[in-house]
Order: sequence, then C-alpha cells, then structure tokens
Amino acid sequence: MNFLIMNIPLNIVSTVHDWIYSIMPETAASITVMVLIAVAYLALFAVAGLYLVLLERKVAAWFQLRLGPNRVGPLGLFQTIADALKLVSKELTSNDRIDKFLYNLAPYFVIVSTLIGISVFPFSKQFQAFDINIGLFFLIAVSSIGVIGILVGGWASNNKFALIGAMRSGLQTISYELSVGLSILTMVLLTGTLQLSEIVEVQRTGGWLILQGHIPAIIAFCIFMIAGTAETNRAPFDLVEAESELGAGFHTEYSGMKFAYFFLAEFINMFIIASIAVVLFFGGWLSPFGITDGITWFPEVLWFLIKVLVIIFLMMWFRWTFPRLRVDQLLTLEWKYLLPLNLANLMIMAIIIWMNWTI
Amino acid sequence: MTDQEIKNKIKTEEYFVNMGPQHPAAHGVLRLLLTIDGEIIKNVEPDLGYIHRSIEKMCERDSYQQIVHLTDRMDYLSSNINNEAVCLAVEKALEIEVSDRVKVIRTIVSELTRIASHCLWWGVMGMDLGALTTYFYAFRDRELINDIFEETCGARLTMNYNAPGGLMYDIHPNFVKRTKDFIKHFKTKIPEYDRLLTGNVIFQKRTKGVGILTKEDAISYGVSGPVARGSGFASDVRKHHPYSAYDRVDFKEVLLTEGDTFARYQVRIMELWESISIIEQLIDNIPEGSVKEPTKAVIKLPKGEYYQRVEAARGELGVYINSTGAKNPYRVKFRSPGFSNLSVLNHIAKGSKIADLVATMASFDFVIPDIDR
Amino acid sequence: MSYFSDIYNGIKTLITGMKVTGGYFIHARKGSLTQQYPDNRETLKMFDRFRGEVVMPHDENNQHRCTGCQSCEIACPNGSIEIIWDRAVDPETGKKKKKIDKHIYHLSMCTMCGLCIEACPTDAIVWAQNYENSVYDRSYLTKTLNQPGSTVIAGVED
Repeated sequence: MNFLIMNIPLNIVSTVHDWIYSIMPETAASITVMVLIAVAYLALFAVAGLYLVLLERKVAAWFQLRLGPNRVGPLGLFQTIADALKLVSKELTSNDRIDKFLYNLAPYFVIVSTLIGISVFPFSKQFQAFDINIGLFFLIAVSSIGVIGILVGGWASNNKFALIGAMRSGLQTISYELSVGLSILTMVLLTGTLQLSEIVEVQRTGGWLILQGHIPAIIAFCIFMIAGTAETNRAPFDLVEAESELGAGFHTEYSGMKFAYFFLAEFINMFIIASIAVVLFFGGWLSPFGITDGITWFPEVLWFLIKVLVIIFLMMWFRWTFPRLRVDQLLTLEWKYLLPLNLANLMIMAIIIWMNWTI
Repeated sequence: MTDQEIKNKIKTEEYFVNMGPQHPAAHGVLRLLLTIDGEIIKNVEPDLGYIHRSIEKMCERDSYQQIVHLTDRMDYLSSNINNEAVCLAVEKALEIEVSDRVKVIRTIVSELTRIASHCLWWGVMGMDLGALTTYFYAFRDRELINDIFEETCGARLTMNYNAPGGLMYDIHPNFVKRTKDFIKHFKTKIPEYDRLLTGNVIFQKRTKGVGILTKEDAISYGVSGPVARGSGFASDVRKHHPYSAYDRVDFKEVLLTEGDTFARYQVRIMELWESISIIEQLIDNIPEGSVKEPTKAVIKLPKGEYYQRVEAARGELGVYINSTGAKNPYRVKFRSPGFSNLSVLNHIAKGSKIADLVATMASFDFVIPDIDR
Repeated sequence: MSYFSDIYNGIKTLITGMKVTGGYFIHARKGSLTQQYPDNRETLKMFDRFRGEVVMPHDENNQHRCTGCQSCEIACPNGSIEIIWDRAVDPETGKKKKKIDKHIYHLSMCTMCGLCIEACPTDAIVWAQNYENSVYDRSYLTKTLNQPGSTVIAGVED
C-alpha cells in the first residue's frame, strides 16, 4: 500500500485551511472553517445514520430467520435512499390544536444535541473536530439536552398517548444518566484526564483500559452498556415507544421530516454511546497489539469503525432478544441495583489504583 | 403538611383512554375503554361487536352440512376443533356411530391444531411483551403444521375437513410420515422456547404475580381452558366428558394453583408436551375403516335440543342446536370460550398498570372473532 | 446475599437467551425460511389437494362432464354457483333432458369449502391450484366454467 496516497486528503485539508486563513481576517476565517466542518459532519452523519438503519434491519432479519431488504440495489444498499426520499416527501400532518411553536421546535433539540455530541470524538489522531480539555464532561452535558426535545414533543402534541410516552422517557433518561456518569467516572480515575485524545494516548502506552482496570473496569463496562441502552431508549428499555402498548409514544403525531429527525437521532445516539465505550474501554482508534500503528489515518479510522460496529451489534442483539421492562421495574433496576453497584465499583477502582494493582 | 393534606391539595383526575379497535396488542378488533389514574387502571370496559358477522343467524338458513364451514371462521386458530364440535352434535342427534378410524384421525388432527394455536399464542405473547423474534420462531413451526394440513385437506387456515358422518376425504398417504417428522423436530424446539422466553429474568418479572385470578372467581365467572387450569380449576373437557378417541389415550390434565400470568403461560407450554404425547400414542396405529358414514343427502334432525362440548384451544366450546324437524336448524348457539374469559378481565385488571394489562391479555389468548362470532 | 445471587442468576438467564438468537444469527444464510416469491414462480408447486379455484376440466375435444343437474348449486352455502340450463332433446334416447348452458361461478363470493365438488355426481368440477387471483376489475371474478361450444362427454349420467 502506498502510504503517500493516504496523505493526499490531509494535504488537501491543510491547503484549504491555509487558503481560507489567508484571504479573510482571523475571526471570519475561523468561523468559516467551523461552518465547513459542521456541514461536512452533518452530511457524513446523516448518511451514516441512514446506513445504521439499514444495518439494523438486516441484522434484525438475520436473527429472525429471514433476509432483510434485498431488492433495492445490490444487497439492499439503496434501501435507505428510498427511505430518505419517502420521509422527505411525506406530508407533514398535525392537529390544529397543537402548540405550534413547541411542536416545530422539539425535533431540533434532539438532533442538534446529538450532532454536537458527535463533534468531540477522535476518529484518528488527525481527525478530531473539537479537542477540548473537558471533552467527556462536555459530551455528557450535551447529551442531556436531548431529553428536553422528547418532553416538549410529547407535550406539544396534545395527545394523551404522546404525553404518557414523553413522561416515561423523561424519567428514564434522567435516572440512567447517573449510571452512565458514574461508570465513566470510574474509568476517568484510571486515565486522570477528561480530554478524549489524551485518553487514547494513555491506552497506547499502557494497553486498553478494560485490561488495565481488570475487574472494576469489566463491571463498569457492563453497567455502562446497560445504562447506555437505557439512555437511548432502546430495547429492552423502549417502553417510550412501545409499539404494542401505546401506539408510537411521543412521536405519534410527527410524520415526514420531523419524524426522521427523531428517528435519526436515536440511531446517532446509539453511535455516540458505542463511541464512548470504544474510546474509554477499548482503545479508541488504536489497533490491537499495535499492528498497524504509525500508518497515517486510514487504518485508524477503520479500527475505530470496526470496534464501534461490534458494540452496536451487541446493542442490536439485546434489542431483538429480550422482552421489555415495565416502568417501575426499570426504576428499581436503576436505583436499587445499578447505582449501589456503581458506587461500590468506584471505591474498588480507587483502592486498586491506590495500591498499584492495575496491570 | 401531612400526606392526606397533600393529596387533597394536588388533585389528579382520572382520564379515559381508548385502547381502540385498531391496536397492535389487542389481538383483533377489541375496543377497551380504560379509566386510568396516572399509570394505574381503575376500570376496564370491553366494547365488542366490531367483527360480528351473524354466524348464528346464517346457520339458520343453511343445511346441516353447510353450517360446518361457517364455524371455521369463528375461532380461526382452532378451526378443526370447531368443525368437530358441530359434526359431533349432529351425529349425536342422528345417533350415528362413526368408525374408529374417523375418531382417531379426528383426535390427531385436533391435537395438531391445538399445537398450532399454542405456537402462535407463544409467538404473540413474546411480541406483546417486546421480544420481537419469538413471533418468527413460532411461525416457522406453525408452517410445518400448515403444510401437513395443506397436503391432506387443501387449506391452511379454514380447514373444513370434518363433515357430519365422518371426514371429507381420507388422509393423504404422506400424513403419517410428515406428522412423525414434525413431532421429532418440535420436541427439540420447545426447550428452545423455554431458553428464550420462559427462563428469561425480565419475562418472569413481568409475568409473575401479575393478573392473579383466584379459583373461586374462575368458577363463578365461568372461565375455562388454560386460564382456568392456571388457577386450579380442573375443567378439561377432554378428561371429564371425553369424546372422539380421548378415552383411550393417556394424558395428564395440567393444573397449577398460582393463578397469575406466569402460571397460565406454563399451563400452555405443558399442554404442548401433552398434545405431543397424545399424537405419539395414536399416530402409529390408525385403525382401518370407513372414512364417512353414509347419511341422507338432506339431513333432518329429529325434534329437540342437542348440546355438545369440546375443548378448543382457548377453552370449552359448546354447540347448542335446537331443531324442529326441518332441514335447517331452528336455532344454533355457540358458547364461545373467549366471551366468558373476557368477562373476568375487569375484575383482575383493577389496580394494575397498563403494561400489566397487556401481559394479562396476552396470557388469556383472545381471538376476537371467537368472541363476536 | 440473595441480592448477589439474584443478579448472577438473572444475568445467566439473559445470556442463555442471547445464545439462542445468536445461534440463529450465525446460521442465518442456510436457516432462512423466506422464499423470494416473484422469482421462484416456476419452481413453486402447490399440493395436489390445494384449494385454489373451482374449474371444469375439458378434454381435447372440448368436452366436459357437467350434465346440468344443479347438485352443486344446491350444495353451495352462499350462492356462488349459478346454473343456467335448458332442455334439449337427447339424441340417443330421444327424450327431453336437462342440458347445461352456462355454469357461472362467482370467485369473489366463494369460501372454498369444497361442498360443491363433493356433491357433484359426475366429477365435473375439480380444484385447480392457482393462487394468483387478483384482478383490477371485480367483474373478472365472475367466471363461466364451461367453455363456449363445449358439449357433454357422451354417456355421462348423473
């Protein structure tokens, strides 16, 4: 493989960057660069979200003894384009008794918070849009904003079912954010920094964090996966959109492009949770045993994507196997089981680090 | 402020929610008017009649051979058993004794229908509770039974295989072999069902202690079938009033005493094992004989009232025929199992949550065309 | 202590469930049950006794076996069969006999119960195995079973 070919995109990016800085004053240039990066990410992740939907449908079909979509395009790869066209061209129906401003505003809360969350991830050493020194903290904070969108959407729909669904989702998300935060905190004890690129650097020298932290890290990973699936309202915690109980939950009254925002936001949220898991536990864009270290950006992005896809497959496996939990059982699980375990785990990790028993 | 003062200050209102006729979990077109307070249900009122097709009235116009095909469409998942009920009632009235071959084949076909119905019930129960893959695994097994029936009588859902006096055609030569292959395949699948759903901790937490029906309530409301047997009420018609070949096979009547949703679930899974053992006892030696006793072309029942009860997959199905000696019946009434089972729903759903109502309804196994006829 | 054993047992049952679906995922290609329907029309064959549609087979001289006795019309529960007959002089015996003019079959009302085929004394009508009966215009579903210009096979009595 000619490694110089892979440097070409990097060269293009840096030349464009320099050119913009040369023709405009400082602030205008930085704003233009940020807008360009935002548009690139938007385009990229819209397409990625759609292909995640196709992956979910294919994986679901393979669990259920059938083949997924395979008519539109080879292996059904153009199915999502057909779906996107359908969603864009649908009529936007609504009642005349909805709260118009809030009804139109709700999807934007959800999609904007997820896209902001995407921007801090390190896909490779060179590819990180927003490398701030409080990366993880920022990420958790931004992903909590999505709850507002769900609550507002359910309220503004003027529909009893939507309201019930939105209320359930609100209390679910708020409860499980605690568990997510605490399990991330357990790993931050090992790394000593909140900056995402630094976390990956720590794993380059010492090995993946899940191996460094052995027992408490494995427990933290299990709790993180459970709480992460609950954060994104996926099965087995999807009583928000429980199809067999209440119609469609909080997005009953949405159709067309607004529904597409909710739908895409769920899948991109799943991507975010998987990415946090990969960065914190499984070494980010590092290759196992350092096989392809040192070769520019392409294998690193590839490793990152492969690891994220494995975690996403695990989340899909959960969805298609387990029945869903009832509301009070959900809260029991969080407050009586996950939270005490998490606190105990945190103390165990602190003791292990203090006594230098990490690997 | 004390607790009571707080409750008085914050007023909550009950509101009506319609779990409407078009609903993914209502097993058909059933409208339930729920009065709920937050998440707790205060009252459930079923509203029936969305699929009433006046089957009993149509039976008054048709002759006795023609009313058999209408019963297929009542409880379409146990269509063979419904046909058998009407044919047995007519044969009882005419005092025809069918041959042993017919009795044994009718029993085997009824048990296969029961297995098919319970398979679909299992798939739908998983689906209602959120495990969406169980539906497909159940249908894979149901397809094999449908193939057996399609080869023998030509239809997959509305079989119309029984006729007054016997069966419409003889079984296909491949019937025995296909049934044996199916039994062998299915015996490996039921443990798989157990591993996927029964042992699952989420499923058990969702169904244990939910929707408890006591034995006294079961007897006083007249429930029958696996619902009653899950509460300890021994009501299996095959054991207590045997018909066809049930008096010569050896099977247990499954009884559990807890009366909650998990007990009803387990009763049906154990009934699957019992049905398999009944078929195994009968399939190897089907006696020779005639397949249809000759009856007159125009059947006229003697004047009087005749009743026959059978054990459908959902409970006790009763057929009442009142004849005045003409060639059409004067009145036909079907005692449908689902109707009595539905009447108990309000009693046990009070005070539970909506999610519990869905689980309870899934364990009752309603088929609304059976209730509405 | 039951707290921890609860958690352990719970996780064990969850993993057992996941193994079942995981097993199906791995063997997905060969275990897949679905058939690609429009592509496999040539190889898809129904069973012999499959109840598709009622037809009247004609042999190569355009002759059928229906004598117009109306047994099927009487046996049908909801009037999906209408027989139009008239009387003609039978060439062999010289007497007036019933003769079939049109055997009208309403596929839209037929419930596929099979009573007409059982009632026919000469085996004139049989089940066909076609399952693609959808049309754009409902009047195409009212079919005349005997083809124009066909006659009864000689010697068939009801």
